[in-house]
Amino acid sequence: MFRSRTRFRAYSLAASCLLLGVSSSALAGDAPSTIDPLNSPSWQYVQARYFDGQKLIFDDRIKVLAPTAAEDPLDVPIMVTSDGIADVEEVVVIADLNPIQKILAYQPKRASPDISFRFKVEQSTPVRAAMRTKDGVWHLGGTWLSAAGGGCTTPSGGSSGLWQGHLGEVNARIWPREDKNQRLRLRVIHPMDTGLAKGVPVFYIDQITLRDDSGAELATLQPFEPISENPVLSFDLKNVGPVHVEGHDIQGNTFTATIQP
Amino acid sequence: MRNGVIGLATFVSVAAGAGDDYHLQPVPVGDSAQVFVGKTEGFARGNGGNIVNTGFIVGTDGVIVIDSGPSRAYGEQQRAAIEKQTALPIRQVFITHAHPDHFLGDQAYSGIAISALPKTIAAIRDHGEALSDNLYRLLGGWMLGTRLVPPDHAAQPGTVIVAGRKLRLIAAQGHTDADLMIFDEATRTLFAGDLVFFQRAPTTPNANIEQWLSTLDTIDQLDFQYLVPGHGPIVQDHAAIAQTRDYLRWLSTTLHNAATRGWDIQEVMQTPIPERFRSLSVLDQEFPRSVTHLYPDIELNVLPKQTAAKHE
Ligand SMILES: [Zn+2]
Repeated sequence: MFRSRTRFRAYSLAASCLLLGVSSSALAGDAPSTIDPLNSPSWQYVQARYFDGQKLIFDDRIKVLAPTAAEDPLDVPIMVTSDGIADVEEVVVIADLNPIQKILAYQPKRASPDISFRFKVEQSTPVRAAMRTKDGVWHLGGTWLSAAGGGCTTPSGGSSGLWQGHLGEVNARIWPREDKNQRLRLRVIHPMDTGLAKGVPVFYIDQITLRDDSGAELATLQPFEPISENPVLSFDLKNVGPVHVEGHDIQGNTFTATIQP
Repeated sequence: MRNGVIGLATFVSVAAGAGDDYHLQPVPVGDSAQVFVGKTEGFARGNGGNIVNTGFIVGTDGVIVIDSGPSRAYGEQQRAAIEKQTALPIRQVFITHAHPDHFLGDQAYSGIAISALPKTIAAIRDHGEALSDNLYRLLGGWMLGTRLVPPDHAAQPGTVIVAGRKLRLIAAQGHTDADLMIFDEATRTLFAGDLVFFQRAPTTPNANIEQWLSTLDTIDQLDFQYLVPGHGPIVQDHAAIAQTRDYLRWLSTTLHNAATRGWDIQEVMQTPIPERFRSLSVLDQEFPRSVTHLYPDIELNVLPKQTAAKHE
């Protein structure tokens, strides 16, 4: 963690320059935005696959907080922060060198784009968060995560069947925050199998929706296979009062909960 | 989870510095116990895993060894260094707990009784490869030829006579679920294993902090003259116990407070560490590791189960 912060500083100067270059287009045009500050061997592929033809800048306000080294490759804690970037409509988190790159997509409606989660990592990889603002521009930030690996091709602990009978069970709590905000922390019991472990079919939660008491959407989340078993998530919502959670997995199992503040 | 045998095969094939010299020099404590004092560092190729304290006691008709170190090479060099000190045969090896830096030198003692608490034996036998995986990766060639040899004798807590020496075997827990301490009555030397750290941040991959703190209270009551921590310098007072307790209490309080405030793991890792712990080596590595080990259970305690949950 400490090293990743230093690493971020090391390239933040370059990132600022790029940001400047893009925003004052007279100087730089489009080209500089595609130079990856993380020097990922897969950057061109990632860019083509997820951002093809879209406007993109590296923005050092976006940070991916990760441990210096993954202590447990099955459960790497990540926090994405945006330093108050306004009008974020969608957040995508990608691990370039994971066999399944996309970790989650998140649409904060009445929520901060900041989100915390844990995921399975297969090998050392850049982890990047991309935030699309209202003007259609993707803002990218990230860090390198060092990992010994095996997280994606190892069956979840839940493959032992311990989760059966508890599938979709929700633990959650709301913490009121200043200015009519609230922190929601949520744990859902689910094996989140990637399908990459031998003999264990893919099985994961693919949709979670958070609503306020009137039924209006606060945020929607699409977790993907790399999210850790029994996902633990933290959201920062612009809401007071209860939150209704509903979600389902790729086999159509659903879960719901109403969390009182 | 991961397979240490694969790690071993992979890294042995690229190993260059097999049999590297640990330069083990025993430091006398009391009149007949001696300690190989490890560096207060993390595992690294530069130290070959010599970050642990091991020791031996010369009895009237033999020698007792406490912990065999992080690799076959360490165990062999430890044995050679002991045999330089005394012509008496090695009678027994005690393994304090199931962490690989304490037992992977067992191979050097074939034919000699290796004793540990039953849960330690089971943990090494059942999970030894996974426990050791990290070392193969981090230490490379130092691990050449290292194989897992689980202890073969169950240590019975209480007073025993080994090699003519009266030893008190104390079974405790907290650092792991089975931590053996060896108290040499003649020199009043306590080999505390990893229940006590000094000048180095404690490690917690299998820890139960509440149990550990209660064990530290027990250790405080022991009438020792010398205390050999698992990691860090030997002490003649209670400073190492106090420091270990202080850190573990702070760690536990910090994690519980964070959970109560609704913090996620990464926010907990940003917690400023009090000045008094800054002198502990490898603190910046061990604190985030400890958060990762301990926080998931603690946070779950403050997340109530939602009864409205259902599934189809
Ligand atoms: Zn230990």
